[in-house]
Amino acid sequence: MKDTDIKRLLYTNLLCIFSIVLSIFIPTIFLDNFSILETHLTWLCICSAFVTAVNLVLYLVVKPNVSSRRSSLSHKVTRALKCCIYFLLSCFFLHIIFVLYGAPLIELVLETFLFAVILSTFTTVPCLCLLGPNLKAWLRVFSRNGVTSIWENSLQITTISSFIGAWLGAFPIPLDWERPWQVWPISCTLGATFGYVAGLVSSPLWIYWNRKQLTYKSS
Amino acid sequence: MKAFLFSTRMQKVSVLLFLGWVCFLFYAGIALFTSGFLLTRLELTNQSSCQEPPGPGSLPWGSQGKSGACWMPSRFSRVVLVLIDALRFDFAQPQRSHVPGERPVSVPFLGKLGSLQRILENKPHHARLYRSQVDPPTTTMQRLKALTTGSLPTFIDAGSNFASHAIVEDNLIKQLNSAGRRIVFMGDDTWKDLFPGAFSQAFFFSSFNVRDLHTVDNGILEHLYPTMDSRAWDVLIAHFLGVDHCGHKHGPHHPEMAKKLSQMDQVIQELLERLENDTLLVVAGDHGMTMNGDHGGDSELEVSAALFLYSPTPLFPTVPPEEPEVIPQVSLVPTLALLLGLPIPFGNIGEVITELFSGGNDSHPQASALAQVSALYINAQQVSRFLHTYAAATQDLQVKELHQLQQLFSKASASYEQLLQDSQEAETSLKTLTAELQRFLRGARAICIESWARFSLVRMAGGAALLAAACFLCLLASQLAVSPGFPFRPLLLVPVAWGLTWAVLYAGLAVTAGSKVDTVVLGAVAAAGSILPFLWKVWVSWGSNRPLVPLLPVPGPVLLLLLIRWATFFSDSFVVAEARATPFLLGSLILFLVAHLHWEGQLLPPKLLTVSRLGSSAPTGPPRHSGTYALRLGIGLLLCTRLAGLFHRCPEETPACHSSPWLSPLASMVGGRAKNLWYGACVGALVTLLVVVRLWLRRYGNLKSPEPPVLFVRWGLPLMALGTAAYWALASGADEAPPRLRALVSGASVVLPRAVVGLAASGLVLLLWRPVTVLVKVGAGASRTRTILTPFSGPPTSQADLDYVVPQIYRHMQEEFQGRLERTKSQGPVTVAAYQLGSVYSTAMVTALILLAFPLLLLHAERVSLVFLLLFLQSFLLLHLLAAGTSVTTTGPFIVLWQAVSAWALLATQTFYSTGHQPVFSAIHWHAAFVGFPEGHGSSTWLPALLVGANTFASHILFAGSRLPTAPALALPV
Repeated sequence: MKDTDIKRLLYTNLLCIFSIVLSIFIPTIFLDNFSILETHLTWLCICSAFVTAVNLVLYLVVKPNVSSRRSSLSHKVTRALKCCIYFLLSCFFLHIIFVLYGAPLIELVLETFLFAVILSTFTTVPCLCLLGPNLKAWLRVFSRNGVTSIWENSLQITTISSFIGAWLGAFPIPLDWERPWQVWPISCTLGATFGYVAGLVSSPLWIYWNRKQLTYKSS
Repeated sequence: MKAFLFSTRMQKVSVLLFLGWVCFLFYAGIALFTSGFLLTRLELTNQSSCQEPPGPGSLPWGSQGKSGACWMPSRFSRVVLVLIDALRFDFAQPQRSHVPGERPVSVPFLGKLGSLQRILENKPHHARLYRSQVDPPTTTMQRLKALTTGSLPTFIDAGSNFASHAIVEDNLIKQLNSAGRRIVFMGDDTWKDLFPGAFSQAFFFSSFNVRDLHTVDNGILEHLYPTMDSRAWDVLIAHFLGVDHCGHKHGPHHPEMAKKLSQMDQVIQELLERLENDTLLVVAGDHGMTMNGDHGGDSELEVSAALFLYSPTPLFPTVPPEEPEVIPQVSLVPTLALLLGLPIPFGNIGEVITELFSGGNDSHPQASALAQVSALYINAQQVSRFLHTYAAATQDLQVKELHQLQQLFSKASASYEQLLQDSQEAETSLKTLTAELQRFLRGARAICIESWARFSLVRMAGGAALLAAACFLCLLASQLAVSPGFPFRPLLLVPVAWGLTWAVLYAGLAVTAGSKVDTVVLGAVAAAGSILPFLWKVWVSWGSNRPLVPLLPVPGPVLLLLLIRWATFFSDSFVVAEARATPFLLGSLILFLVAHLHWEGQLLPPKLLTVSRLGSSAPTGPPRHSGTYALRLGIGLLLCTRLAGLFHRCPEETPACHSSPWLSPLASMVGGRAKNLWYGACVGALVTLLVVVRLWLRRYGNLKSPEPPVLFVRWGLPLMALGTAAYWALASGADEAPPRLRALVSGASVVLPRAVVGLAASGLVLLLWRPVTVLVKVGAGASRTRTILTPFSGPPTSQADLDYVVPQIYRHMQEEFQGRLERTKSQGPVTVAAYQLGSVYSTAMVTALILLAFPLLLLHAERVSLVFLLLFLQSFLLLHLLAAGTSVTTTGPFIVLWQAVSAWALLATQTFYSTGHQPVFSAIHWHAAFVGFPEGHGSSTWLPALLVGANTFASHILFAGSRLPTAPALALPV
């Protein structure tokens, strides 16, 4: 592990943050009355699209993983299809989890689903980019001593912090402050976004500070 | 061996004594806190009297020298007071004539009191309808106190509703008695306790049976008209309960309510026809009711009651306003007193309804206005006198505001004296005087409300500190208990000695000082005295060798969850939202457990990973289940939690929320088919409960021996389920039973619940006598050969003895352990060692849980059985999940994990809400007191209190009671 690797990680993460910032400002040029709170669903879609696009581009450009041995066209196509299916499945899975956590079942279905989409974007999409549609690898990354590179370490940190952010976002909902962002699911989506951004910022720093202790077994 | 046995027994006893001491600490803390928190008010025993005017100066205008005149000349010589319990304002509100083209809304409770509407339209100068604003708590006894004393009954009374005491304050009934008026009462027997011996003739009927709609009302009707015609009365009070009971049983939207209100309408109509010219008719509701027919809180529907006044002679100078006026309920007290020529009760803080003192004719506006001001002035004088006396007796009232009020009053009285001197004064000064007096009266009311809603901060802080110290003690003790041997002296002997010393000291001081010994303070002093030396010892030994970390063995995230839960109690928004927040935290804990299992590598991945990644930390390998298995358990738990959340009752603070209709008893359902379907579902839940428990017990091999507890589980439980189902059938359909079977039905509804409770109690006794622990050993004992230990008595004295004993014990333990392993192997791969120790405890726990569940189920509405079923499913899943994370190789005493305790506590709170409870007085399920006692309890109060308490804390009892059989086991060294 070299310092250049950490620097690359930092830059890619900054690009991801930049894409979120762009998703806030670019639509104001094209759309009237755009704001995060009032046209929240639009923002969710745009943010999700931006983050996904940036992640894909970064994956193709940076290539953190050594490419797989077989790279025939059909293999690539099935891989891409699989990724799409995994993404959709994770959206539905998260939606179900939200409902089990107390989200309304029938009202606000679209809002809940888009929250599931944005959270999937922050968690599943980077996983798919880095690890591919390979559940075994996912499970390995999210267990103690399971990471094998700084990229996976960063992925671990951002994913967990996105989930924690979304979880913390639920806490302001019952408070009686009467703010527009306390409405379901705005506080949760904002929480997830903040968690994602915090994970992106903190993971290179954390890795840098702990670079002496971190030894990856097979990289 | 003997010494060992002795020490075990000693240890058991001292552990139990220690638990008793901890309980005492908690109760002392709670008692101290509540004595400061539940509001109380000083009750003055001063009486108003005719001879003694309320203030200096002449009695007003025209009141001297007339017969029957006291502070004012009496306007009516007789009154008929009809109290209709829970007569909400809109029940009596006149319905506008229908707009053509718009269909009239047919709601069972609207527009049923047609007689009031007719009289208001036909005789506008004779009658008036008010919306009377009730002070909380809206419970009948508090309202009766307010309606007779004109004061504000406080919080603490809400708790003493079952044991009401005679009113010591001055009140209307007392004044009537001392004026020699004859009072005839009929109706609610709460009056008997409040005014013992005050009535010249009385017909009391039990108010306690809220399921009985007709007994009280029919009893009143039997006596009402004969009494009325006999003319042997000056004041006639009839307190009808049918409307209130109908609300409790069916809710206001039930057709039964329409019938009941129509009956009341007929009563009023009859009374109107029989009234004579010197008689005033008052029809009043003591409080309102919510959408569900309950009352006790302070929601808008509960605090608006109807008040209707009618006199055969013209009474009001003007026609009624379009929208009835809003007046405080206590206004009735001074008004009635002055109208009847009585002194206003001493402690009254109500304000007279001035328009009743105009003389009924608008020919002399000046004179009528002066009469109104006089009434108001007397009222103000009386309130001023009361404030003066009260402020002298206590330091409750705010000095500054009191001073302002006194200034206001002296200014008003000066202008009143001036007005009397010069009675040709202009209208404007009359108006300003009226406004001033009204301002004074309202200010006085406000200051009283404010001061009687003040808490004793010292006691609350003391109680909270005591509770915190007791919690800290528990935390420390739970750490000490892990080490072998119970520290008898520091944990039991010293504290108890200190506590007793302090208590005796306090009692001695109190007696010598001549003051009364307050039991609450005595208990608190003893508790504080006993815990202080313990805390001191901890403090002293702190720095030397004990770091802070082992004190909190809680895993970080679980500790965070507990802290969040603790913090939510400081936010009223979260207190209101607790019903939603608790399942959220529970779900978080569950998913954390699953994720943690995965993170620590204690789960097998769907397809195997390389072992080297996981192996470093746990070489022998903890029990490993497949990842999807743990995930399934977690999702199942979340699903059950979510489904239980469908049963919710809304807090009063969120008006937009809709309570679940499934929490009401089946008897309140109108449709026959839906009722039958629901009944089927409830019985289905019962059967499922039984089947699940039996399957569980059978699966872990605990149903095979002929021991009594096992036989009981096999045969007693189905019997209990049968009894419960039969009782539900009777309770939900009792009204539809043919008359011939009535006696049988009522007999069965007494016997069945008692039989079920009896069975459950005997089952629990059996379980405590032989916890199922033993059975497991019996079941497993067959498969192993047991080496006979040579008996050895007395303490080991020599090295040779030790050489003999130690290997024996070691061998015994080895065999024990081998036996366990064999047993777990024979139970198939899923349970690999997960329940080797766990099932011994969990079997007893599950049995206790089901035994407790049946009696508690009976106390709830039928459909809550589905919630109980969900609770059981949740606890099964939770046990599995926790067992998946417990490693086999744990040695030493059986340790209950923090995760488990936290999850159980959250589960208990969640079930508290999903069984239809709310932490407010008005949400208490009073009807639970009638299960097994449909006729009420007579004068005993502890049994209904026990039943209602069991209903309220059902989930907590289940949680704590399930630990009951393991308690003796825990006291033993393993």
